[in-house]
Amino acid sequence: MSAVIKVESLSKKYIIRHQTAGRYVALRDVLTNGAINLGRRILHPFAERPPDDQHEAFWALKDVSFEINQGDRVGIIGRNGAGKSTLLKILSRITEPTSGRVSIKGRVASLLEVGTGFHPELTGRENIFLNGAVLGMSKAEIKRKFDEIVDFAEVEKFLDTPVKRYSSGMYVRLAFAVAAHLEPEILVVDEVLAVGDAQFQKKCLGKMQDVSAKEGRTVLFVSHNIGAINSLCNTGILLQNGLCVKNDNISSVLNMYMAGSDANRTDTDPCRSEVTLSKPIVIRKWGVGTQREPVSHILDVGSDLNIWLIYESILEKGNLLFVFSLRDIYGNVVLVLHNGLEGYNIRASKTTAYINAMIKNINLRPGSYKLGLEIWADREKKLDIELGRIDMLYSSFFSGAEHFENFPSMALFRSEWSHNFYAEENIKISADNMPKSH
Amino acid sequence: MIMNDEFNLIIEAGRTEKNYWKDLWRYRELFYFLAWRDIIVRYKQTVIGITWALIRPVITMIVFTIVFGKIAKLPSGNIPYPILVFAALLPWQFFANAFSEASNSLIGQAGMISKIYFPRLVIPTSAVIVSFVDFLISGVILVALMLWYGFVPSARIMTLPLFIILAFGAAMGAGLWIAALNVKYRDFRYVVPFIVQFGLYISPVGFSSSIVPEKWRLLYCLNPMVGVIDGFRWSILSDTNTPFYWPGFALSLGIVCLALYSGIFYFRRTEKTFADVI
Repeated sequence: MSAVIKVESLSKKYIIRHQTAGRYVALRDVLTNGAINLGRRILHPFAERPPDDQHEAFWALKDVSFEINQGDRVGIIGRNGAGKSTLLKILSRITEPTSGRVSIKGRVASLLEVGTGFHPELTGRENIFLNGAVLGMSKAEIKRKFDEIVDFAEVEKFLDTPVKRYSSGMYVRLAFAVAAHLEPEILVVDEVLAVGDAQFQKKCLGKMQDVSAKEGRTVLFVSHNIGAINSLCNTGILLQNGLCVKNDNISSVLNMYMAGSDANRTDTDPCRSEVTLSKPIVIRKWGVGTQREPVSHILDVGSDLNIWLIYESILEKGNLLFVFSLRDIYGNVVLVLHNGLEGYNIRASKTTAYINAMIKNINLRPGSYKLGLEIWADREKKLDIELGRIDMLYSSFFSGAEHFENFPSMALFRSEWSHNFYAEENIKISADNMPKSH
Repeated sequence: MIMNDEFNLIIEAGRTEKNYWKDLWRYRELFYFLAWRDIIVRYKQTVIGITWALIRPVITMIVFTIVFGKIAKLPSGNIPYPILVFAALLPWQFFANAFSEASNSLIGQAGMISKIYFPRLVIPTSAVIVSFVDFLISGVILVALMLWYGFVPSARIMTLPLFIILAFGAAMGAGLWIAALNVKYRDFRYVVPFIVQFGLYISPVGFSSSIVPEKWRLLYCLNPMVGVIDGFRWSILSDTNTPFYWPGFALSLGIVCLALYSGIFYFRRTEKTFADVI
């Protein structure tokens, strides 16, 4: 493995202007200052500006260093404003770093926005050529791949229609198709798959996987879609406020990212309130897994979901009912478990207690789920809160995992298969599985 | 796949890329595509299409001929006034269009500049190329006029390409400056129409520059378009009565070269910040 991208203490500074509000400024001063500054900027475009309180330096990237090896699929993650896009812009030479150095081996193609350079008045056919040229393809190259691009985008019928008449989905498909057929050594992709339907997103991810796995190309991918990152990338870079806080294999980077985003939710933490008469029960702490600290709420599909919590109650009579629920991102309840169902009684008492609930082999499909909790006592709802988020990641539940992406489903179950040539004697073998009675 | 261990691209602050001109060559097809796009798009959804490129100069020529030739009765020697006007109108309209298109080209392509890398010089240059296509179309009118008046140019017409290059240089030089400045200071967007409007009156478009008094002639040639237009007239009209004014032409040539050189220099200096400030 050799490094194809080497980033050494890369920094990028932007200057933010603040409006001086409330102070009286004469138009005459603005004009004269403007003229002086304008003249100075024209004469010395690179001279440092004299410091003043109206301008503040903002470091979009600060001292970022990492290396990327040939054939790596790197997921760049971080919250909004963490510097992901700035990093990609520097790598694709759109903007210049303030300091630091990047060394790149091979041709870089970047896709920071779908359909840049598309002109609405031109037809699909014309735009393929135009966009290809904008992305750095030669005319001969585009001609060679034209059919493939049209095929991928599924727009044969509308090739000679101006793209302004396209549906937004068709537009995106065409734009991505052109970019996907670039043949760079390094492909840089920003959050562009957010548009387009699920099926097409899958196709794009598959294409990127192909590009990387089969042809040994390097892919840098920015997305907020944890599932997409997890399935595409093998290594990850986590950016936080312009700093590179982790550069490791993808699952540990994702773990840290998820833990971080939970830590940022403390202001709405349900566990902080006091026990009062109106709130007879409060949750002190909760978590998933075996640790007693909520470090991460990421699970592999098929592993055990172990929810624990510490609660404090002033209730003294009746039984308590703990109802945990998991909702998917659309708000559908996909799973409910409560102690009553299992015939497990919890007596109410004025106490602080620890409770543990475990589901064996949780077979939900990969994605984000919200964990909610209701506590009932005396047929009365005492507490109804959302504890937090649990992310299911696809690991190795099925050995032929790549097929799952093509036939996604809500839940995953193991199955056993047999296949035999049809002959009388073979039927006996599978007779066990046949409906018996008649 | 790259096999050698050399890093072929180093990105650093303030680094002047040594392969910039090579890159520009590599993106040469982009010139063609951008120009082609602008030409196609310009006359989409118009009824008379490309005819617009003919109508505008013809009407201007008629108005100028009436105002300067018939009403003001300015001298034109033994040359038909419409041809005298058109020989100047041709380079002037080319300059005016190319200059204003190039000046606004960068902010018109803000999306591309902030999302894709390519040598930024491609954009204003292809804007000038588009205007050049219009220039060629208008050239047909000149040929038609010459046929109509039975006007036969001399061998001097062979030098015309040199003056076209000069017009190209003048438009590029001025266009690059304003385009680069426009990215940061949008004020220049309002300056451009003024320059074009005034330029028409201070350039010898509607009249021959020989009517300018001798003592002001050199000063007049500080306007580089004077040299360009005089050159066009000299090569097309082959008027033996008006001698070519060499000092003035040399001055115009020098100013064009200076504008072009400094324009490219300033453009290259600032182009790396375009994506940040546009």
